[in-house]
Amino acid sequence: MSLIEVKNVNFSYNEMNKPALKNINMNVDKGDFVAVIGANGSGKSTLAKLLNVLLKPDKGEVFIDGLSTSNKKNTWDIRQEVGMVFQNPDNQLVASMVEDDIAFGPENLGIPSAEIRKRVDHALELVEMKGYQKHAPHKLSGGQKQRVAIAGVIAMEPVCIVLDEPTAMLDPQGREEVMDTIFNLNKNKNITIVHITHFMEEIIYADKILVMSQGEIVKKGAPREIFHDIEELEKIDLAVPEVVKLANELRKSGVNIPEVLSIDELVNSLC
Amino acid sequence: MLIELKDVTHVYEQQQVMALDNIDLTIDKNEFIGLVGHTGSGKSTLVQLFNGLINPSEGEVYVEGTKINAEKINLKDIRRKIGLVFQYPEHQLFEETVYEDIAFGPKNLNLSKEKIDKRVKEAMELVDLDFKEFNERSPFNLSGGQQRRVAIAGVLAMGPEVLILDEPSAGLDPKGRERLTELLYYLHQNYDMTIILISHRMEEIARLANRVIVLDDGKIVMDDHPRKIFSQRKKLQKLGLDLPEITLVLNKLRNRGLKVRTDLFKISEAKNEILTELRSKKNVN
Repeated sequence: MSLIEVKNVNFSYNEMNKPALKNINMNVDKGDFVAVIGANGSGKSTLAKLLNVLLKPDKGEVFIDGLSTSNKKNTWDIRQEVGMVFQNPDNQLVASMVEDDIAFGPENLGIPSAEIRKRVDHALELVEMKGYQKHAPHKLSGGQKQRVAIAGVIAMEPVCIVLDEPTAMLDPQGREEVMDTIFNLNKNKNITIVHITHFMEEIIYADKILVMSQGEIVKKGAPREIFHDIEELEKIDLAVPEVVKLANELRKSGVNIPEVLSIDELVNSLC
Repeated sequence: MLIELKDVTHVYEQQQVMALDNIDLTIDKNEFIGLVGHTGSGKSTLVQLFNGLINPSEGEVYVEGTKINAEKINLKDIRRKIGLVFQYPEHQLFEETVYEDIAFGPKNLNLSKEKIDKRVKEAMELVDLDFKEFNERSPFNLSGGQQRRVAIAGVLAMGPEVLILDEPSAGLDPKGRERLTELLYYLHQNYDMTIILISHRMEEIARLANRVIVLDDGKIVMDDHPRKIFSQRKKLQKLGLDLPEITLVLNKLRNRGLKVRTDLFKISEAKNEILTELRSKKNVN
């Protein structure tokens, strides 16, 4: 059994409109790093919200660790297992002190305060924000805010974190900090990651990429398979990382290089 | 000159933050300026001074020679001339139809119905929204990318001479970003607009701007042609910034001994540069 199983799911926001999701089937195994890409309006965020019961499918079912999101009794268990991080860090931080913000979730679970203390400190350490307990969230940089938001999710001890464009509003350094944090949680803590993004260069190390278009999953595969067909991606308003495009252009001009994904791979294959 | 700032300092009293620290800056007509810097460096504060949305704590702001942080200045004229597209402008859509939303600004200019109509149509054409298909639709039922374009059309319909955009591509898919890049290039070339673009995407800045201003901690720390700016990788990294991806490739190749130029930003340019160098190497060997 996979950690996340989405089976024949349809979803519409309004009966009159065309469905936001059509016949979605996907599995995510524990410890996987899965990236979801797709044009604006392709259904990515809707899919994310189905994974922690912010939305429920009209048809089909979503199972988290065997629990169906359609069954009301499972809602809180599932939300504890699957944490969400959104695009705008300012909308997610509620308290006036970093530690209070992170403690907010566990407190709602009724966890004893000594245990909460431990969780807060540990979560801050994992996102490399040790020592920021007493800081005011609004004075942090964008990357730091987003890492505090991630720490708040970690304090719930989830098995999986779903991130919906967590780097869209960040500067280059903030983006790098957040991506390093996410990879670290995946590799070293075995936390399953579902990462939604428009930055194609962020997902070259994902285990699996899901490509969405007009409410459907149109392709699944490893980064190398997904980025192989540039024209096909461009048809659905996506693109490959610029370095992949450059490598492809060089190859067309007769330079003998293999398919590459990263800057370093291209540089290594050229000299 | 179009916009001039003299000894401008701005402090947000409530947060006790000095957002801008002694800025001197002039911007000429038809420049395309890329404004970069990490979060909190003062970019958004700076552009809000340009059309009088905020008044500086100290110093003077001039638009076409008129001091705008003075009493009895008609800021309405200034704001018509200098259009500002905020971050996530689609959050400010509020009318029932796309047409009404775009027409909102021009209506306040006391234009005739025909003129308003013409402006809305032209603005929609610029942002690539088909008039017949979209004018009657509710802006709230559009995709994020379409909503963004409606919001930009609303600013364009005011007929601005200067267009300031604060992170206009954040959250857009690759195609949406490409369209936006093309629109800004077109407005600069064909409408003689002065454009000031805030972006965290160095690729966009490098390809579009003819002048890049880097802010750090409320100060202007670099102000130069993009080719000069993006040939200083170490300095940029210290400022929390980086090079465009393609430029980074060229940099790394050069460090490995391939004698390529490192001040190129476009895939086609980089391809030709690498090909030339690889071929000349072959001939020498």
